[in-house]
Order: sequence, then C-alpha cells, then structure tokens
Amino acid sequence: MMLAWTIYISFLGALALLLLPKGSATLARSLALLTTIVTFAITLTAFVQHRTGALLTVTQKSWIPSLGIEYHLAADGISLILLLLTGIIAIAGILFSWNIERRVQEFFAFYLLLIGAVYGVFLSYDLFLLFVFYEIVIIPKYFLIAIWGSTRREYGAMKLALYSFIGSAMVLVGLLAAYIVAGAKSMALEDLARFPFPLHFQMWAFPLVFVGFAILAGMWPFHTWAPTGHVAAPTAASMLLAGVVMKLGAYGCLRVAMTLFPLGLGPWGFHVLGLGSWRDVFALLAVIGIVYGALVALVQKDFKFVIGYSSISHMGFILLGLMTLNQLGLAGAVVQMFSHGVLAGLLFAVVGRMVYDRAHTRDLATLGPMNLNKAIPFAAVTFVVAGMASMGLPGFSGFVAELMILIGAWRAFPLFAVCVGIGIVAGVAYIWRAMQQAFFAEAGVEPTSMQPPLPPISIPERLGAILLIGASVAVGLYPQMLLNVILPALHSPLFDGLRKGSWQ
Amino acid sequence: MTGIVQNLWLVPALPILAAGIIALAKQRNRVFAASLAIGSMTLSFLLSLCAFAHVLWLSHRGEAELQVVNFRWFQFGNEWLRLGWMLNPLTAVMLLMVTFVGLLIFIYSIGYMAHDENFTRFFCFLALFAGAMLGVVIANSLLLLFMCWELVGLTSYLLIGFWYHNPRAAAAAKKAFIVTRIGDLAFFLGMAWLYAQTGTLLFYDNGAGCLEHTALASLVAQTTILGLTASTGIALLIFCGAAGKSGQVPLHVWLPDAMEGPTPVSALIHAATMVAAGVFLIARIYPLMSASLMSAHTGMALPLHPTVALQVVTWVGAITAVFGAIIAVAHYDIKRILAYSTISQLGYMMMGLGVGGVAVGMFHLLTHAFFKALLFLGAGSVIHGCSGEQDIRRMGGLRKLMPITFATYAVGMLALCGFPLFFSGFWSKDAILHAAHTWSVSQVPFHLGAFGALLTAFYMTRQVYYVFGGSSRLAGASHASPHASTTPRESAAVMTIPLLILASFAMLLGLIGTPAWPWLQAFLDGQPTALHFSAFANVYLLTVMLSSSLLVFLGLGLGWWFYGRKPMEDSQKAGAMPDAMPDAVEQLQPRIFAVLNHSFYVDELYAATLLRLNAGWASVCDWLDRWVWNGAVQTVSHLALGLAWADDFVDTRIVNAGFDEGCQSVSRGGQILALLQGGQVQSYLRRIGFALIALAVFLLWGARG
Repeated sequence: MMLAWTIYISFLGALALLLLPKGSATLARSLALLTTIVTFAITLTAFVQHRTGALLTVTQKSWIPSLGIEYHLAADGISLILLLLTGIIAIAGILFSWNIERRVQEFFAFYLLLIGAVYGVFLSYDLFLLFVFYEIVIIPKYFLIAIWGSTRREYGAMKLALYSFIGSAMVLVGLLAAYIVAGAKSMALEDLARFPFPLHFQMWAFPLVFVGFAILAGMWPFHTWAPTGHVAAPTAASMLLAGVVMKLGAYGCLRVAMTLFPLGLGPWGFHVLGLGSWRDVFALLAVIGIVYGALVALVQKDFKFVIGYSSISHMGFILLGLMTLNQLGLAGAVVQMFSHGVLAGLLFAVVGRMVYDRAHTRDLATLGPMNLNKAIPFAAVTFVVAGMASMGLPGFSGFVAELMILIGAWRAFPLFAVCVGIGIVAGVAYIWRAMQQAFFAEAGVEPTSMQPPLPPISIPERLGAILLIGASVAVGLYPQMLLNVILPALHSPLFDGLRKGSWQ
Repeated sequence: MTGIVQNLWLVPALPILAAGIIALAKQRNRVFAASLAIGSMTLSFLLSLCAFAHVLWLSHRGEAELQVVNFRWFQFGNEWLRLGWMLNPLTAVMLLMVTFVGLLIFIYSIGYMAHDENFTRFFCFLALFAGAMLGVVIANSLLLLFMCWELVGLTSYLLIGFWYHNPRAAAAAKKAFIVTRIGDLAFFLGMAWLYAQTGTLLFYDNGAGCLEHTALASLVAQTTILGLTASTGIALLIFCGAAGKSGQVPLHVWLPDAMEGPTPVSALIHAATMVAAGVFLIARIYPLMSASLMSAHTGMALPLHPTVALQVVTWVGAITAVFGAIIAVAHYDIKRILAYSTISQLGYMMMGLGVGGVAVGMFHLLTHAFFKALLFLGAGSVIHGCSGEQDIRRMGGLRKLMPITFATYAVGMLALCGFPLFFSGFWSKDAILHAAHTWSVSQVPFHLGAFGALLTAFYMTRQVYYVFGGSSRLAGASHASPHASTTPRESAAVMTIPLLILASFAMLLGLIGTPAWPWLQAFLDGQPTALHFSAFANVYLLTVMLSSSLLVFLGLGLGWWFYGRKPMEDSQKAGAMPDAMPDAVEQLQPRIFAVLNHSFYVDELYAATLLRLNAGWASVCDWLDRWVWNGAVQTVSHLALGLAWADDFVDTRIVNAGFDEGCQSVSRGGQILALLQGGQVQSYLRRIGFALIALAVFLLWGARG
C-alpha cells in the first residue's frame, strides 16, 4: 500500500534537503513543499478510496523476532483522519514558513523529519514501533524550537522535551508491564487488546499509560509545557505542535490506553470526593482544563499565549469526549482532533506569521494602536473567521465536534456538560478580547508617519489560510465525510473491550 | 405547487450566496454589490409569495398545512442527526414579512449608506443577515434554528460594530454579542436536555418530532427538580435564549446600545426582524410551552391553559413592556427612544404569546415590524437630513422641511401609539390587552399593559413635537457641531419611497386581525374565517377597546399639553442653549404664564407632582438600568475576570513553578554531584586513598572483632 510511503518520502525529503547545496533557499522550500504535497496526496487518495474505515494493513514484516516485535503499519478510519490532518497541516506549515531565511535546509529537514515520525505514529500497529516513532517526534521538535524559536526558546524547548520524555517513560513502563503480563511475545496492538489483563493490573496500568499520553495532549495539570512551548516555537512548529503533536497524545489515549486496559475505566468500588473511577477523574480534569484554559486565555497579554491556552481548552474537549465512552462522544472527540488541528494551526499562523513576523511584537496593548485591520486586512479577516470557528460557530468544524461531545457528555456526566457551557462562553470572550485588542482597537496615531508600512500578506500565506479554512468549513458543513470512516473504526474488534462496557 | 416546499431552502440560500459573492468582490463594485443583494432579496420575496400562496391554497382546500422536508446531516452516535425545513402558516407569514421589510430596507440603505466607504461590506453583511434570519424562520429542527440563530447574532454583531472606529460602537457590538450569548447558553442547554429526553430535535417528523404528541406526553410526565416537569424546564431554558435575543428584562441592556449601528441596521435587525426572532421562537415551540398534563391526556393542545412556562413568559413580557416605556420618556436620543420603545413592544408580544397564544403575539409582531421599521427609517431620514444629529433637543421644525418624512413618521407614531381604528397598532395591541383581560391567573399584566399603552402615546407625542414641531433649533447648536448644515432637507426618493410603502402597510395591516374578521388568527390556527361584525357587540371586547382608546387619547393629550401647546423655541430666543433647556416634564411653573393665568397652576401642580414623580421614576428605572442590571452583568464579568486572574496566578506560580522547582532541584543535585567530578586526577587519587584507608580500618575493625 502507498500509505507507508508517507513516512519514507518525508524522511527521504529530509535527507535530500540536507544534501542540497548551501544558499538555495527557494529550492529547499520548493522541495519541502513538494514532499508534503506528495504525502498529502497519498493520504487523501487513501482517505477517498478507503470508504469503509475498517482496518487496513499496509505492511507487516518481522523486525525483532526474538521479542515478537514486528514492523507493522496499518490504518483504520481514525488513523486515516489524523493522517489527512497531518498532510494538511504539513502543507500549511511550509506555506506559512516561506519567510524562513536562517539555515533553511536544516529547518525544513527537521520539519520533514517531524512530519515523517508523526505519520509513523499514526500508522504504527505494533506498540513498540509506535513508541519508537513517538520518541523520534521529540527530537526535531526540540531543535525546531531551540534554534528557530523566539521568546525564551531554550526554556520552552527544554520544558517541552522533558515533559515529553516523562510522558513517554510512563507509557514505556505501562507497555512493558503489559507485554510481560500478557506473556504472548507480541507487541501487536490487537493481540494485547485481546488479552484479558487482570482487573487490579488494569487499575494501575491504565492511569499510567493514559496520563503518559495525556501529558502530550495537554491535560490539566500537566499542560504547562504547551503554552510556553507554543509561544517559543517558530510559526510552523507551533502549528505542528498544536495541530498534530498534541493529537499524538490524544490518539495514544484512545488507541492504546483505552483499548488495552478498558477495565481500568471501571468503578473503583469506593468514592473519593464523589469520584468513583479513573473515568470520573479524567473527565473532571478535562472539564477543568476546558474552563481553566479559557479563563487563563482571557487575561493574557501576549497574543500567542491566548492561542496557547485556547489549545488547552480545546484539547479538554477531546479528553472529555473520550471519557464519555459513548459512540457519540468518542466520534466527537475524533472530529474535534481534526477540527482543533486545523483551527489551532490557522490561529497560530495568523498570530505567528501574519502578525508577529510583521509587527515584531505580540503584546496586545502594543498591537492595538498599530491599526492592523487597515495595515493587513487579510490577517484581520482570517483571524475573525478562525476565531468564529474556534468559538464554535455553526458552519465550521468546531461546532459539530463540540456539539457531539457535549451531547455525549450530557448523557454521561450531565453536571460536567453544564460546566463546559461556562468554558464555551469564556471561549467567546477571549477570542473577542484578543480580536478587539489586536485588530480593532481604537485607531491611535497614524502608523505610517512613524514606521514603514507593514509588508502585505504574501501569496503562500493566503493559500495556506484558504486551505485551512476550507478544511474546517468542509467538515463543518458535511461532517459525515469524517464520520463515515470513524464509526466503522469504532466498531472494529479493537474497541470491543470499550464497547462492551464491562465497567457498567 | 408542491415544488415550492422542496425548494424552500432557496429562500435563505439566495441571500447567503449573494453575501458570499459580494464578500469576494472588490470594495469598489458598489453597484454590483447593491444590485446583487437586492436582486437576491427580491427573488426570496417572490419565492416567499409563492410559498404563502401555496399555504393559502392548501388551507382553502382544507388540507394539512404543515409540510416538512427532512434530510440526514450526519451520524450522531447510533442514529442520524436530521435537519429539515418546514412550511406552515406561521412560516409563510414570517417569510413574507422578513423578505418584504428586508427588501425595503435594502433599497433604503442605498441612499443612507451612499457616502460610506465600506458600502460593499455593508451589503455583504446585510444579505448574510437576511439569509440567516430566513433560515431561522424555515428551520424544522431546533438545531438548525439554533445554528441560524447564532449566525444572526454574529451578523448583528458585525453590523452594530460596522463603524468600529467609533469605540462606543465597538463596545456596543461586544456587549450585544456577549449578552445574547448568555441567553444562548441557556438555549443550548435546553436543547441538549430536549435531545437527551426525546432523542430528536426535529419539530415535526410524522409523529416522531419533539413538538408532537408522543414526545410532549413523555416530557410532561417527568418531574425534575423543584417539581417542574421536564417540558417546563426545557421551555424555560429556551425562553432564556429568546429573552436575550428579544431584549426582555433583565437581558435587554444590549439593545439600546446597539443603536450605534447604521440606522437601516437598527430598522432591520433591532426593530423588525432579529429582535422578533425570540418572539418567533416562542411561537414556534408553542406546543412545548403550553404542554401540560391535561393537554397530554386529551391529546390536543389547550392554548389558553396557563402553564408555568407561559406564566413566566407573560410576567417577563408585561414587566418589560412597562419598563421599556417608562425609560423611553426620559431620553433625548431619537434612536434610543425608539430602542426602548422596541423593548417595550417586544414585551407586549411576549405577553400576548403568554396570555393569548400564537396568533395574538404574532399579530403584534407583524404590525410592529412594519411600523417600527417605518419609524426607524424615518428617524434615519431625519438624522440624514440633520447631518448626523441624533439629539431631539437640537432638531425641531422639520415638519415643513421634510414633509414626506414627517407624514410617514406621524403614521408610524400613531400606529405605535395604537390610535383607534385606522392604524394597525391599535388592533394588535388591543388583541393583546383583550387576551390579558381574560387571563385566568391575574389581572396585573392587563393593568401593566394598559399603563404601558398610556406611556407609549405620551413619549411618542413628546418625540414628535420635539423633532417636527416648532422651528429648527439646529442653527442654535451649529457652533457646537460645525459640520451641521444649516437647513435640513428632505431625503432622496430612494429613501422616501420605502417610507411611503411602509406607512401604507402600517395603516392597512391591522385589517387582517380585527375582531370582526380575525383572518390571521384563523390562518395560523388552520380554521376557516368569516366576516361577522357582531364580534364588536361583545361587551368585554368593547370595554377593553374603549378603555385602551381612552388611554391612548389621554397619552396623546398629555403629550400635547407638555410639548405641543407652547412653541419650543421660546427658551432659545432667551439665549439658552437647546441642550440646557430642561425637558417640559421636568420644567417647573413657567413664570410668565403663572402670573397671567392662575388656572394653569392646577395643571402645573400636576406636572410638578404626578409627572415629576413619573419622570423621577423614569430616571430611577434608567438608573436601575444603568447600574443594577448593567452592573449585574458587569459584576459577573468582573468575577469571571478575577477568577481568570487567579487561574493565571495558579498557573504561573504553582503549576509552572512546581515544574521549574523540580527541574532546579534536579539541576542542583547534579551540581552537587558534579563537585565530585572535578576532573583533577590528584583529587580522585586523594579520594581513592581516603577510601582505601577507611576500608582498611573498617576491615581491620571487623577482623579484630
């Protein structure tokens, strides 16, 4: 199958970039763009052809026979959607970093390495392989931030790397324990998912692995790497970070933690503070994340921090959707993964590329008097559209996803659903405040007298914005496009343990 | 004829499509933008006419008038989420009203916005708004209605803040969006609850919809907290959304501020259509609002049974009606007076829905849409003529200078006051008062409504005398606003012709709902009508009609007494600034008249007591409006901000600092350990030597023992 080539092409592209002669920046950019377009074309073809959404094995080869580890790539509906998202974000990220001038080849090489590894995670069906790709992701991420970043970049990069490693260490411990307890000499996801782990084992392994992945998904209170990391990262890296890397964590929660240890979601048999299971605990953390992220975003002075915290809020929706454990909530969580990926990418693109690279400040109070909606109207319009989509206006993907999650949550945790409503109102308020302060503040002194006019929005930026908005609107108007492949995947044998609801 | 039902989606789709095309066009293409918007609106209007004719035809043949088209949107858990549109008499009437008033306002906007640099953008938003509003009207699914509802809120925001460089406009737009969003949150929760209970959000679905008997019976059978049935709880939550959109107390605070938008926007959105969307929503979900155990058992709706939900609607409406009217007495901005008047009239509509059913509320909605759009457009014409002046104290004498505007404005004013027999407002307001009079729960809403009618007549008379009576005071204020042209002139035909059309409707529209020929009532209820003048012989009806007429005359008379009787330029001749001139209500005895004619002292005493009390009360209400309701909203927002700051503090100082602290202790540990690794071979050797000695001593010690 062609899908495996998404990984290889990205890696080859990275290698080719390093071999290019120095000083050929345009060539490097074009090559990177071409690579991502090819991988996107592959994922899109697979998405269009594979309408059933059932599991599709791409390649399966023995890798370390003595340990039963295989090189096993496969895709079902959920991974197809995330692959598609990766393809879209990858193209947009390159379009929005067209202005990178320093160490261009290396930048795009790291970028493609990151993309390739992300494709790898979404395609891996062997847990060891998944873990390997998951680790590879961290390395280019660190360098992209530490070299091309801005505000406190070493700090942000290091914090991000440390959090990632702590999370993956937890995951590794859980996976190894599962491997040993199962004793079947196999790291294949479906083999382990089929094994009936004892209840007491699941009760500690589930939270371990879940939290391990959820750290990368920005779960409160392990979210603090995200805003600093996003802010420190260059635009394309923030887009990837919020757009797909955070999705890796959510994907791992759903794909690994919840399928391997479904009994871990069951009741403890006792209540602490009204919480009776890990499911309640994580749902509560998700709701706190939604409200808390939105409230903190409301008082930020740095434009990019607003978006950074909004990501925490939106990722909370995904985790809440997962914890509803009903089909509606789970499907909603996957749609939200796609939706947030696209919209967070777009928001970071506006803030990081369109505004910061021109105005050289992200301070909302300083941006106000610059009269940005006159200087760069395209950026203002894009931000308004992205903000509307982000606050869940009907017609955009966010509305559909949040609606599904909320109704799913209403069935599972009625009280939490009400609290989430507060988060939604705060979501309106912070977008509003940021928009008003950054673009539509009272026109101060005429900017032209003091400083040179800002360069106009370039063609690649326009293309990138149209691509992302188009993706969000398409899903918002016709969500069945995604649900056609998500629902069969949720009905596959892999999710038997979850679906049978042994916790009820 | 069935084709119209299948293609009804075109009615909202055409303006939205037009908006999309205009958005892509360049700012320069003014003619293109305006003609596209007006063309799409005309087509929508024609389609609405067809739809209306279709419903009429159906009702003539006695067939079922409710026709729905449902389609699948996406898989929602195990079932499909379905949306759809519907055509019934309510939809048909609303469609006709929205497209017709909308079309007139679009045409009027060509003149009003002619000099605005963002002309194209204005028409884009206007068309988008019209499309969204029409979507609300045809939706057969609470979800689709909610989606269009949000889009309506968004476009309203965009249009209020159209002149965003004016900070007050920007603030007003934000306030409007956030206040209505608070109501929408309750709406959304009600919707989620409804879905969880009934498993559908379609209104009508061949017996399986949420407004049909099966679903309602299950809803009224369930009791939740505080002994309310599930249907009441859901209905009240949805009513919160309607109250936010329709400016009911205490969520009305955004509506007066929304007057910062261009005047056609005020006319279209904040008078005729959007604010009426809340009333329409209640009319749409009326089976849910009126669902009670009794109706569930008998299997048919009893429209006059006062359920808890309807009682809430009635009380909120009645209080709003008086509240808005009192405040309107104490304002000087021509558009703000109309805004408070709109709040008051929306209160009447809600009250009408609560006490009299769909037809009563909708009748007033329709008549109000026409005469209030007329008044706003007239006010716009006045403002346009006075070069942007909005303070009624600086107008005056426009009767001769703007004759068409004056004539049409007077028609609108008389319709709003409910001047008997010849004006539509009389009939629709009378229907509400009559229904309130026969309400079984309490007579207080009737008295409130009657008092509101008196006040309405009074403040409108006051406004008209200020604006059109006497002679122009603009010149006196010209040094304050140097751009003001000295002589106001009549607006262009593109603005006055819509005024004339609206004025004729403001007079004639009342004829469709008179007690003698209650066509609208029958049409909405699906019954045949007949003309019978004997309805007027009903004693109760006549009493209510006469007393409300008397109140109207009393209000007009009082207004004339205070504002029309003596020319208003007197004080100006004395050299006073028009702004400094006190309002007649506040004025104490004028000395000259006091000396000459003692008989007036009685009246002036009344003025000094009763009406001063009234004015005082008005300012109390105004104060309440500014400080209590507004303050409540502000307090909540400050609390939220405070919480947000606290969260931010926790995040940087505790969550984040915990991480940093952890890292630092690891790093300190590393530094301490690093001391051991000095890199000097001598020190390593020294340590090895010490260790060897220690080990030797230890071993020897052990061997000795």
